[in-house]
Amino acid sequence: MVAESQQACIVGIGQTEFSKASGRSEQQLASEAVLMACQDAGVSPHDIDGLVTFAIDKSDEIDVMRSLGCRDINYATRLPQGGAASVTTLVHAKNAVESGMCDYFIIWRAMNERSQYRFGQSHHSLSPDAHSSTFMEWCFPFGAQTPAAWESLSCGHYMNKYGVTSEDLGQISVTFRKAAATNPDAFFYGKPITLEDHQNSRWIVEPWFRLLDCCQESDGGCAVLVTTRERAKDLKQKPVPILGAEYSMLFNHEIISDFYEGDLLTNDISLRVTEKLINSCGIAPKDTKVAMIYDNFTPQVLRQLEGFGYCGLGEAKDYVADGNLELDGATPLSPNGGLIGEAYIHGINNITEGVRQMRGTAANQIENAQTAFLASGVAGAIIGAA
Amino acid sequence: MRPDPIQRIDSTFFWEGCERGELVVQKCEPCNKLWHPPRAICPQCHSTEKTEEKLSGQGTVLSWARQVRPASYGFKESPWIILVELDEGVRFVSNMESETAPEYGMRVNVEFAETSGGKAVPVFKALPSSKNMET
Repeated sequence: MVAESQQACIVGIGQTEFSKASGRSEQQLASEAVLMACQDAGVSPHDIDGLVTFAIDKSDEIDVMRSLGCRDINYATRLPQGGAASVTTLVHAKNAVESGMCDYFIIWRAMNERSQYRFGQSHHSLSPDAHSSTFMEWCFPFGAQTPAAWESLSCGHYMNKYGVTSEDLGQISVTFRKAAATNPDAFFYGKPITLEDHQNSRWIVEPWFRLLDCCQESDGGCAVLVTTRERAKDLKQKPVPILGAEYSMLFNHEIISDFYEGDLLTNDISLRVTEKLINSCGIAPKDTKVAMIYDNFTPQVLRQLEGFGYCGLGEAKDYVADGNLELDGATPLSPNGGLIGEAYIHGINNITEGVRQMRGTAANQIENAQTAFLASGVAGAIIGAA
Repeated sequence: MRPDPIQRIDSTFFWEGCERGELVVQKCEPCNKLWHPPRAICPQCHSTEKTEEKLSGQGTVLSWARQVRPASYGFKESPWIILVELDEGVRFVSNMESETAPEYGMRVNVEFAETSGGKAVPVFKALPSSKNMET
């Protein structure tokens, strides 16, 4: 444990509007989001000395430095595993500032994944030698070429074993869209759906994914600024402490094409992250008041609820049906509407929402929320009230 | 027509096996352990002595999918995609050649399908008259 003065805290958040056609470059979205996070905190972008984003981000470190005038970076890293690394960024941010390596550390992610390319469609332009490429090499010639297809293969055994139905999944979408409907920043603001809408939505991948089981393809950018509690004293916002942040990469496991290890039922990786979090900060995810759980596809919510210890194996569909994830439930799920309802900025918009919840400034504010859990499958973080 | 397999240095043996009509998997010579996907060295004993083992070709369907939107690139019609566990315990993504959707726990047997560039990939068909396994 570091001295309290050195504790890593989130002091600035920035996000552009979320749309389907931003009308500007991903590099500009990145710059705008980082600038907003700095202005939110009252920090000059020139003083940023640490940077992180993750795989498949087309804006890069040099772009960010050039546009924002960052003078001298002590630590820049780009994480593997795509959106699953969205919460892993907090592990690096925490370590970078608590070790003294960086004073002002920026997490960013920007994408025109709807207007410039189609993130959810066939990725046949990806290099077969790309990192963790089994989702290409061992899937592509069999016609499994989209994230939804890989996810359907990896969740199917679980779904069949525990009798999860399309209606069970639909209830999760309805919950996200209900929250998004009252969040003015959400793309689906004012547009709740019914279970019937979900059931009538077209198939994307049989037998599990209708259109409304999938996250959006969005244009937008998000950024998060982290520094120590001591430096935060001079800044504009009350600091939101990162109480714990952990991730885990386990042998022979992957992210979305995780077919080759384990029983395909137990969420081994999230279970391990939960263990590490409890060891490091003494707080279990289920003891927090807000659950920002990565929702690229609806079954991911079920599998993470079990992996992060909200309920036992095979119990998640009932945990959802019992209303636990509603805004007035035991552990409200993504009050921004999540990646399905608000936008899919590859998970980082769930971090900015977690921070607003801890500041008490969210559109759908959860009362008396003292801690929030941020999760992206392979990573988890617990943040505290400002 | 079906796209060619992506061949990398450490996986070429697998696709060459398919062209001979054999489903093979990487085997570590000293410890006899089977590994898929193929890898540079054995993660158990760290030997670089790799060989290959011919598999029975029989397995069980663990999961399936079919891309509706977008349809599978390179195919006339999106195929049934399966995750199959071979009786030797190794899992592969492959296809089910069938008129109707695969079933969980279905017993299947390997065949080989030609690709647009004249290569071959393993695909599976239901084993006749065999009872499906409980999953």
